[in-house]
Amino acid sequence: MGDILIFVEHENGKVKKATHELLSKATELAGDVGGTVVATAVGQGLDALTADLAAYGAKKVVLAENDGLAGYNTVGYTTALAHVVSEVNPSVILGTASPLGKDLFPRLAARLKAGLAQDCVALSVDGGKLVAKKPIYAGKALVDATYSSDIQMATTRANSFPIAAPQDGATADVVKVTPDVGELVNPIVDIIKGDGADKVDLTEADVIVSGGRGVGSLENFQLMADMADVLGATVGASRAAVDSGYATHDMQIGQTGKVVNPKLYLAFGISGAIQHLAGMRTSNVIVAVNKDPEAPIFSKADYGIVGDLFKIAPLLTETLKKVTSA
Amino acid sequence: MKTAVLIKQVPDTETKIVINADKTGIDENNVKFVMSPYDEVAVEQAIQIGGESTVISMGPERSIEAIRTALAMGIQAAVHIDTGTENYDMYQTATALANVIKEGGYDLILSGKQAIDQDNASVPQMVAELISAPQVMVVDKMEVAGDKIKTNRRISGGAREAYETSLPVVISCERGLNTPRYASLPGIMKAKSKPVDKKTATDLLNGATPLVQFANYELPPERAAGKVLEGEPEQQVEELVRLLKDEAKVI
Repeated sequence: MGDILIFVEHENGKVKKATHELLSKATELAGDVGGTVVATAVGQGLDALTADLAAYGAKKVVLAENDGLAGYNTVGYTTALAHVVSEVNPSVILGTASPLGKDLFPRLAARLKAGLAQDCVALSVDGGKLVAKKPIYAGKALVDATYSSDIQMATTRANSFPIAAPQDGATADVVKVTPDVGELVNPIVDIIKGDGADKVDLTEADVIVSGGRGVGSLENFQLMADMADVLGATVGASRAAVDSGYATHDMQIGQTGKVVNPKLYLAFGISGAIQHLAGMRTSNVIVAVNKDPEAPIFSKADYGIVGDLFKIAPLLTETLKKVTSA
Repeated sequence: MKTAVLIKQVPDTETKIVINADKTGIDENNVKFVMSPYDEVAVEQAIQIGGESTVISMGPERSIEAIRTALAMGIQAAVHIDTGTENYDMYQTATALANVIKEGGYDLILSGKQAIDQDNASVPQMVAELISAPQVMVVDKMEVAGDKIKTNRRISGGAREAYETSLPVVISCERGLNTPRYASLPGIMKAKSKPVDKKTATDLLNGATPLVQFANYELPPERAAGKVLEGEPEQQVEELVRLLKDEAKVI
């Protein structure tokens, strides 16, 4: 296998956690089969990222500087990355299955005539080529994608890979390219910030506190928010809670909402319908609190409490406060 | 406005997935096939926008059912790209669709954000690249504004991107953009006489070969049954925190 190129996602001068995951996984794969881990970022002011990228495993960093691409632009980024690819000649290109990654990678794959698997949860190498495992049928099955193309591309779901400890002081070769992307096609005309601006996105969250119809009201969702504050978690909701007006649609987890992959998922007043499970079944640890002992979620939860969430949730928040501040 | 809607026929969301014996796919016996739900949103959007509308679907013979549903909802014409018994990958599918779209001179190309069988969320972007058109994906707000289309999509952190795009443009649709209508009985009757242009996938591939294959289909690992904690609320909570800290090591 040749070099593994990681497309870096960054915000406000910081490399995103999911990119660190990819650097760690790529380092492991490159260790098995040879090849160099190369990180590439697009935009402006990218020098600030190189120390971090090197610390997390990049041996080479390619910065595609273009003032016009400070903000995301699908066609512009496609052209910039195609330029980087022609310089680096990687055999594998990896990115995060974020809204940006999922928008960009298929277009780049078509530009490069490269095979692509989206939203993968595992990566391995077989016979010198990438094997990318991904969920299908809303997670009811898994499949391995294998490639006939020279360049093998994949986007991966956040929280799929552990992050290796950073090696502070590690260095990488830095190369700057200035791709000519011409006039921008279809630029973003506005970015509207959301309420969740300071919170980790549900799809990237390590810990999620989730409320269902049992929470009973919009006001009661404050119980979830209080616990989330203590845990540094993001608040999610079931479809039933959203449909009842207790939570907004961007909080919805499930088949028709977001698919999440946290280390810890705490479900309060959620019955555990199949459609909800489709959105959180790969959570590392599931805790369920529900007053109905027959709730299906208990058959999927690692730890269950049959009880009144209005008693349990505040108690749990208090106890967690003591533990996490200790 | 001349709109093309790309749709795919897929197993219904309630399908119990059974892997076939050689792990090369699912067992299609007793599977109910429907139009992919996000494609229904795209079909509804095309009908609401008005003007000329055509649905394009690439798939085996049974795809005609999904095409008829779109026609019954109110789409005016259809193209069926027949794949026979072959499976094609995303790039091949996009290639064939792009060739049909180029012939049609469409202003707007809509589809669902992803087909709910393979969950690739890739074909619309590949089509956009192959026809050299801009794209806006996973759109839940859309407005025709003169000779442009205004759209809005959710990105990370609860933020939104707003676009104002000249035609032609490829847009994939997210749930919430509209509420797809049910086909009415008159609609179903009218659909029978609407034209379905039949094409063959192999004629439209330009020799494109598959870039990626799916193999080793399997069911996800079952979660083992966990512990239900006993006692008074205070005890349950204390035990839970202890387990999360010492056993699961997640806090």
